[in-house]
Amino acid sequence: MAEQTVVIASKAGLHARPAALFTQAAARSGLVVRIAKGAMGPVDAASILQVMTLGAALGDTVTLSVEGPDEDRVLDELVTMLATDLDAVQS
Amino acid sequence: MATTTGPDSAQAPGVVGATQLHGIGVGRGGVVGPVAQVRPAPQVPADAAVLIDGVPAGPDEVRGAVEAAFADVADRLRRESGRAPGVLAGVLAATAEMAADPALRAKVLARMDDGDGAVGAITIVVAEFAAMFEQAGGYLAERVTDLRSVRDRVIAEIVGLPAPGVPHLTEPSVVVALDLAPADTAALDLTMVLAIVTEQGGPTGHTAIIARQLGLPCVVQTAGATELADGVVVAVDAVAGIVTVDPGDDLRSEFDRRSRLEQSFADDVAPGASSDGAPFGLLGNIGTAADAARLTDSPVEGVGLFRTEVLFLDRVTAPTVEEQAGVYAEVLRSLAGRKVVVRTLDAGADKPLAFAHQSDEPNPALGIRGYRLVRTMPELLDTQLEALARAEQETGIKAWVMAPMIATPAEARDFAAAARAKGLSMVGVMVEIPAAALRAKEILAEVDFVSLGTNDLAQYAMAADRTLGELGDLLDPWQPAVLDLVAMTARAGLDVGKPVGVCGESASDPLLALVLAGFGVTTLSMSASAVPAVRYSLRRHSTSQLQDIAGAARAAGSAPGARAAALALVDDEVRMALQL
Repeated sequence: MAEQTVVIASKAGLHARPAALFTQAAARSGLVVRIAKGAMGPVDAASILQVMTLGAALGDTVTLSVEGPDEDRVLDELVTMLATDLDAVQS
Repeated sequence: MATTTGPDSAQAPGVVGATQLHGIGVGRGGVVGPVAQVRPAPQVPADAAVLIDGVPAGPDEVRGAVEAAFADVADRLRRESGRAPGVLAGVLAATAEMAADPALRAKVLARMDDGDGAVGAITIVVAEFAAMFEQAGGYLAERVTDLRSVRDRVIAEIVGLPAPGVPHLTEPSVVVALDLAPADTAALDLTMVLAIVTEQGGPTGHTAIIARQLGLPCVVQTAGATELADGVVVAVDAVAGIVTVDPGDDLRSEFDRRSRLEQSFADDVAPGASSDGAPFGLLGNIGTAADAARLTDSPVEGVGLFRTEVLFLDRVTAPTVEEQAGVYAEVLRSLAGRKVVVRTLDAGADKPLAFAHQSDEPNPALGIRGYRLVRTMPELLDTQLEALARAEQETGIKAWVMAPMIATPAEARDFAAAARAKGLSMVGVMVEIPAAALRAKEILAEVDFVSLGTNDLAQYAMAADRTLGELGDLLDPWQPAVLDLVAMTARAGLDVGKPVGVCGESASDPLLALVLAGFGVTTLSMSASAVPAVRYSLRRHSTSQLQDIAGAARAAGSAPGARAAALALVDDEVRMALQL
């Protein structure tokens, strides 16, 4: 299992569009991805409802873990996503 | 007689026998088109049967049908998100992910395995998540609406009901609803909306405001509207407040004539002027950079009111200098050198802000709001002026800046000094307090221009809360006392040779606009959709006619009397064309 902490960079936190983009990416990986914030979680990172209930805001630290083949690459990708202001990125 | 419209059209030949629904009209237009109903949430029992192609699903098919329904709803929402603009795209994308959520689906299926009906299982699981969101409060609590819309869509799908909410419009349609929620309005493909008809809602409600802003004909409080079948053709007359089902040829051609006329107004893009060539600046009101972008190709001479408070709403802390400068620069670039009047933060009273809330005021409308925030939070104004100055430097385009809620010449002087210290050179203030109108000359001595906000001016002149619908008669901008204050301000501008504008809904009324112009107001700022009719109305009158109309209105003893006196002097063709 690969694990890393990361600081949320999206202005709106892990809500709405940033949360949707992140959970889509987690689901697409096909691996078991979990995300925790402090004492909350870990929850399934492919579930937008559970991810949103963490209430991760701009500047909050979250812990991401990935389990499965190629887990380091997937973890890298997802960490990069969380460390980017997804609201500012045009789709 | 066949061309008669308005309330009398019920008696016009060719209309007799057609079913008519009566409501309150908002706006001026009239259109004919097919009905598209916005469906309410399905009301079905928790143990309702899951249908596949109209037939109850067998025990081993139910799980698959429920999973397919979640997937279909997610797909549809994703497609809607792809077509939606800006912020809405993000909201719909997140809603699509909720429908696709594996945890939501797993919990629903687990409940069904324990013996719950599909509808009941979905209802309970969504309620659990909703409770969690509501407990978290803030942004999450607001997302509960999206979660419930997922629930309603999935339930409608599995029991074979039409999808609730806003329909996907494939042809220009008349959208009919009990009332439109803000989210519904946001989800509408506005290029396909001809008109809006609601069974509830009021003339000052959310739907009416949106319709007015978009220039869509609208009839609210229309009894029986939600019983109209999808696809049935109706004629919506926003002037008379009448919806005619299956309109006859006479009515259709009358509406055709009206829409050709509207088009001819819209085709006129020459600068605003009276018939003898006196210029009147016709400007648009905006709240966001996106609004400004929409004005790029619009025949307005610029922006007369940029309500910057939109930038500040729904935030815990004020936006930074950099963020504000970015938005202001974007607006200045969108208008590419056309006039842009930026109003500094107008918060307080009916526009509360989390970080600038005065909790202990007994009368917020008479309290620390608008410019008065410099007394308690001077950094807000300083930041804003700094940001505007940076946007000017960055774009090389000059902005006009004005402060709201100025009561005295001393306040105007202080504001002008603060703005000029930042390098801003066109500085003005709002006249929306009677004291400022009475002392307009002294105020104009301190600044380069003033702009009248007639809603607040009426509120303070008549001591009537502008949010109280039942005091609408007192808040009428035709009230002689309010007209007096406007006329005095305009006079002061003429005397000192400085511009006096009106920004607000009263400028968008093509009859009242004549009165304002006759007083000597030099610019009129309104929602951009109202400009063509005002332009046309002004163009058909000479300066001396405008002055006569203004004089007649001001000489009247009551608001209805003032309107009637002005109307009596209006050019016949204008009266007919605009159905005044």
